[in-house]
Parts: sequence; C-alpha cells; structure tokens
Amino acid sequence: MEKFITTTNLTRLAEELAANHRVLAPVATGCTVTFRRFQPGMTLDLHSRMAAVSAKAGTFPQTETLFLVKRDTTEKKPELIETLPQGKNVVIGGRPCDARGKLMFDPVYGTEKIKDLYFLQRRENTIFITLACDRPETTCFCHSVGSGPADPTGSDILLTLVGDGYVARAMTPAGEDILKLSLFTEAGDKGKEADAKNAKAREMMGQPHDYSSAPATILARFDDMDFWQAQAAKCISCGACTYMCPTCYCFNITDDDLGLNSQRIRTWDNCMSHTFTLEGSGHNPRSTKAHRLKNRVGHKFSYYPDLHQGVMACCGCGRCIKQCPVGIDIRQIVKAAQEYSE
Amino acid sequence: MSQLDTLKSAIKDRLGELECVIGWEQGYDPLHATPLFIRTEADLDRLIIGPLAVHNLATYLTAYKGKKIGVVVKGCDSRSVIELLNENLISRDDLVIFGLCCDGVVSQRKIRAALPADPGFVEAVDISANGLKITVAGQTAMLNMTDILADKCRTCQHPNALISDVLIGENRQSASSTSLACQEEFEAKSDAEKFAFWQETMSRCIRCYACRNACPMCVCRDYCIATSRDPLWVSQDNSPAENFMFQMIHVSHLAGRCTECGECERACPVDIPLMLLRRFMNKQVQDVFEHQAGTDLEQTPPLLTFKVEEERINERGW
Ligand code: SF4
Ligand code: SF4
Ligand code: SF4
Ligand code: SF4
Repeated sequence: MEKFITTTNLTRLAEELAANHRVLAPVATGCTVTFRRFQPGMTLDLHSRMAAVSAKAGTFPQTETLFLVKRDTTEKKPELIETLPQGKNVVIGGRPCDARGKLMFDPVYGTEKIKDLYFLQRRENTIFITLACDRPETTCFCHSVGSGPADPTGSDILLTLVGDGYVARAMTPAGEDILKLSLFTEAGDKGKEADAKNAKAREMMGQPHDYSSAPATILARFDDMDFWQAQAAKCISCGACTYMCPTCYCFNITDDDLGLNSQRIRTWDNCMSHTFTLEGSGHNPRSTKAHRLKNRVGHKFSYYPDLHQGVMACCGCGRCIKQCPVGIDIRQIVKAAQEYSE
Repeated sequence: MSQLDTLKSAIKDRLGELECVIGWEQGYDPLHATPLFIRTEADLDRLIIGPLAVHNLATYLTAYKGKKIGVVVKGCDSRSVIELLNENLISRDDLVIFGLCCDGVVSQRKIRAALPADPGFVEAVDISANGLKITVAGQTAMLNMTDILADKCRTCQHPNALISDVLIGENRQSASSTSLACQEEFEAKSDAEKFAFWQETMSRCIRCYACRNACPMCVCRDYCIATSRDPLWVSQDNSPAENFMFQMIHVSHLAGRCTECGECERACPVDIPLMLLRRFMNKQVQDVFEHQAGTDLEQTPPLLTFKVEEERINERGW
C-alpha cells in the first residue's frame, strides 16, 4: 500500500499515536538530535541530521526493570512483582539502519530454547515508521552490509521525502492499518518521484566494499595481538561506540536497593569496558583494550556472521565512527584484517 | 620551514630512541583529525597539526608507564602533562615533549551549528589562517576562525606549551578575555533554573563514560567507582539523577586537578555542556587555594596536601 502524508500531518500523526503509544522520535536540542519520548507540542526533527544515538532504545531500553521486590514490615515474605513491558510503542523517523538493528537481536534473544520475554514483547509491540535517507554521510556504509538508504527491512512503513511531505509505503499489516488513517492521501504520481529519490541516494553511495572475506580473515588474526594493539592504540576504552550502535545487544544485571524494597535492572553493557569480562576471581580474559576492540570488531564481522548465515552484526550506520571521541574507524580495521598478509 | 616541517624534523631526530611519538593525522573525512602513533619515518609523513588537531594526547601517557615515548602537545595539553608529573603519575625521564605554539583549535559543535547542512555530508575543507572553507552537500560556507574556535581557546592563557623538550613555532599571545558569556549566563540562573537545566540535559546522557576516559586526569579508568559492582556505589540506572551523580563524582575528583582542556565535553557524543561544571569548580579552587592546575611544575595540587590553617578557609567562621 502506498499513500502520501504532508509534513504537518506527520506531526499530527505522531501526536495521535502518542495518545496510546510510547512514541520515540528525533527531537533537536540546539544542534543535537536524539530520540526522545515524543509528547504533543514537541517539534519533530527528521531532517537536520541523523540522531546521535540509534533508535535501539525502542526495543531495548538502556534501563529495563526486570522485577521489583516489595517488602513491608508486617509481611515476612517479600513480594515479587513482575514488570514485563506493557503497551505499544512507535519509533518515528529512524533511518533504515535503525530499523534493521533489532533484526540482529532476533537469533540471540528469540531462539527455540531461550526467549528474552522483555525484548520479544517490545519487538512484537513496536511499530517502525522509518525515513529513507536522501544522501549518505561520509561514515555511512549500509550498502556494504546488505542494506541501503531506502531498505525497508525491519520497518512497518517507509517514508520518502517528496515535496512538502512523504510518500509512505506500508511493509506490514500494522503499517497498512496506519496508512488507512485520514491523515494520509493518495500518493498518485509522487510514488515515481520517491522511486527516483531512493535510486539517487543509492547511487550516491557508490561501490560497496566486499566484506565476504571478513569472517575468515579476522579469525585468522585472532592470536595476533600485535595487529590488535596497533588497531587499538588510540582507543580510550569508553563505551560510546557500542551505546550508539543499533545492533549491540549486551547487557548487565544489577540490583538496586530502594529502602525496604529493591529492583533488579538490566542496563546496556559494552565489550569495550574492563568490567565486561571481569570474573569473580579477579581474572580478566580481556584485560587490555586491544582484546576488547578485537571482540567488538570480531563479533560484528566474524563470529556473528559465522553463526547466523553470514549476516554481519552491523547495519553500516557509521555512528561508532563519527561519535568515537578519537575517530576509530571500524571499516578501516576490518579492511586491515582483510588485506593483511604475513 | 613551516611549523609542521620543523616538528617533523624534530621528531625524526628523536624517533630512534622512542617507542612511539603520539601526534595527529587526517581522520575518516576532511573535517576530522585522529590521533597518530608514529613508529617509523613512513608514519611521520602522515603527521598533521592545526585547528583540527583537537585531541589532548596527554590522555594516553599513563598507559605507557616504563616505556620511553614522545608526545606532541598544544599549550592546553601541556598543562595536563605538568599535572600528571606533579602527581607522580608519569616520569619526566620517560617522556620527550614536542611543544607547540598554538593558534587554537575548532569546536566541531560550533561547526555543526554554523553549516548549512550536517557536517556528515562534508565534501571538501580548505583551511586558512582566517578560518575554514567547508563544502557540505554541494554548498560552500566560509566559517571564520573566531566563530568556530573552541571555548577554551577563546580564553586561553597558555597558548605556548608550558613544558617541552623542543618548542616549535613563534610564541603566541594569550587571549585578552578570560570570561565566557555562556558560563556567566549559566551562573546567573537561579538554583531552580539550573536544576531544571540539568534534569533535562542529563536525561540524554547515556553513561558511555567517554567524558571520563577522554580526561587526561581521570586515571582510575578501569577501576572507576562508577562501575564497581561490589560495593555498588552508583546505580546503573541511567536516570537523570544517577547520571548527574556521576558528573558530581567526576567534578569532585577533579577538583584542583582539572586542567580545563575541555576533552570531557568534546568527547560527549550527545553534546552535554560538561565544562559548565568544570569551570565552576575550577573557579572555586582558584578562589580558595589560588591554584590553577598544571601551570607550574613546582606546585602541589591543593587536595593532595594539607595545611593546618588554610589562609582562605575560615574554619570556625561558619
Ligand atoms: S572505539 Fe572509540 S568509542 Fe569505542 S571504546 Fe574506543 S575510543 Fe571509545
Ligand atoms: S558497528 Fe558501528 S557502523 Fe555498524 S551498526 Fe554499529 S554503530 Fe553502526
Ligand atoms: S560522555 Fe556524555 S553521554 Fe557519555 S557519560 Fe559523559 S556526559 Fe554522559
Ligand atoms: S575534567 Fe574535562 S577539562 Fe578537566 S582535565 Fe578532565 S577532560 Fe580536561
């Protein structure tokens, strides 16, 4: 199904959806754009720039309460309160790389044997209304990892900017239901314009880089710590890259004391941090930043694709490159491994 | 010889005796530099300096303990080196310092605000003494250096490296002004307004600790109390209150040690104006202890020592 929606009506759509959904949308503070919980009266900022942090929080919030423990002075037994996520969510204005991120979670958190109910519940109840990109940034490489600037994979609706509004294409029944709202009109000839814009954006990306040899070549470098030390020399071992990333799915679990009560929360964790693999004994198998960078790159471009039909655990959004305080470029590291000769 | 050529030849003279020399090279696009670890003369060809060389490379020094290395520093960066030496965190004998006389570096945030399209679409950058001519998404804009200069450079009192083995370039004048409008405006706000500001701003913090790890003086790093599990000092919940709590820890642990290099704020991926807190604390330290961190090799950071009677603290006066 294909429809058209004006820019003004898109804001109205966000406002209407906010009545019974938790809406995440890009909002600007000065020249900083981040996904915020959208409330009527806020201004959407879909175009000035890509949001600094991915839309991952839509399906995998940074802090998730796993359960609460309540205790009052009269009861002997503490009460355990389940906190599975309730309600429906919408992510408006993510890019194709945002919408695709959650697909990398699926084979990990939704297997036959292990089901992460918190993630799956949100995954099931979150609609993605995605904006196709007009032109690539210097850090974009989605076309090299099996995607592209108008890739609808993972989206319920794909928007393409045409004139004073967007051509909206439904990809799922949930998307079709939204397109039936009266805020949308017939697209008519605008569909062709949208096709042309999508094709132009793809053309601007140029030739993709071939990562097919990456899994084997990275694995071949596994024990070569000189290689990884050289790659990691400038890394300062923060967590910016992984927290920006739409596909990084690792978490931590901690208990918070709340007086008589307590809560168990899970929060984003990241493999660039020393504590990530720190064992109870004090031993740390990834004691240096070189070991940790090797894991981040290796997991995305070697171990994950080896386990999951060659799919790279990277959407090519480039956020880890441009938001890294020291400009570490994951593309260069993978390329260095691919081009390495003894 | 240009400043860059003089620097290259100075590094070439010492490279043989050093594990590496840390400088900068062109980064992933024409608008960004990135740290460079020079080990060979071929690496040296990639060295750049100038307004894009923003990173304070002193942040890497403690990781090379026991090895002899070289580092290129701007005026502000040299203060961090002095502070690290004063705290005995690095050894002077293991360090060759290539000091620059600096004309200032850019603020990528100001560039982003000034350009007609996102800097991610950058196509070309032409650097001159007046500023940067930047082409983004087919449009060219001339940005004057005075408009895109990092805040720290606008008030810089030490543009020439304060400590060095080789000082490169002609001495530059320090800035005429020491006050920043953004700081004064913020401090003029009421407590309630400040509280509301941080409540809102800290809601976008993702607790990535880029601010902490970019800081040359935050030397606990892997052993930071913010990530200790037992005891769990700080909740991992990323609520504005907990996020702000972490900033309070950072600021108080930096009291009298912060060299105002601005790296914490520069590193923040969501543009939190962290320097509002650092500058405020530094001003308190200046008022109470007459101390400016990293400006004198003979000074002892005030909180690493004590006097029975502090001249400016009236113990029984409150
Ligand atoms: S690669 Fe960059 S963002 Fe990631 S941990 Fe290292 S310095 Fe931080
Ligand atoms: S690894 Fe980097 S480029 Fe790939 S999806 Fe994650 S943040 Fe984006
Ligand atoms: S760098 Fe910014 S987002 Fe990251 S922890 Fe510091 S203040 Fe928060
Ligand atoms: S707190 Fe910020 S300004 Fe102060 S030394 Fe650390 S990084 Fe530099």
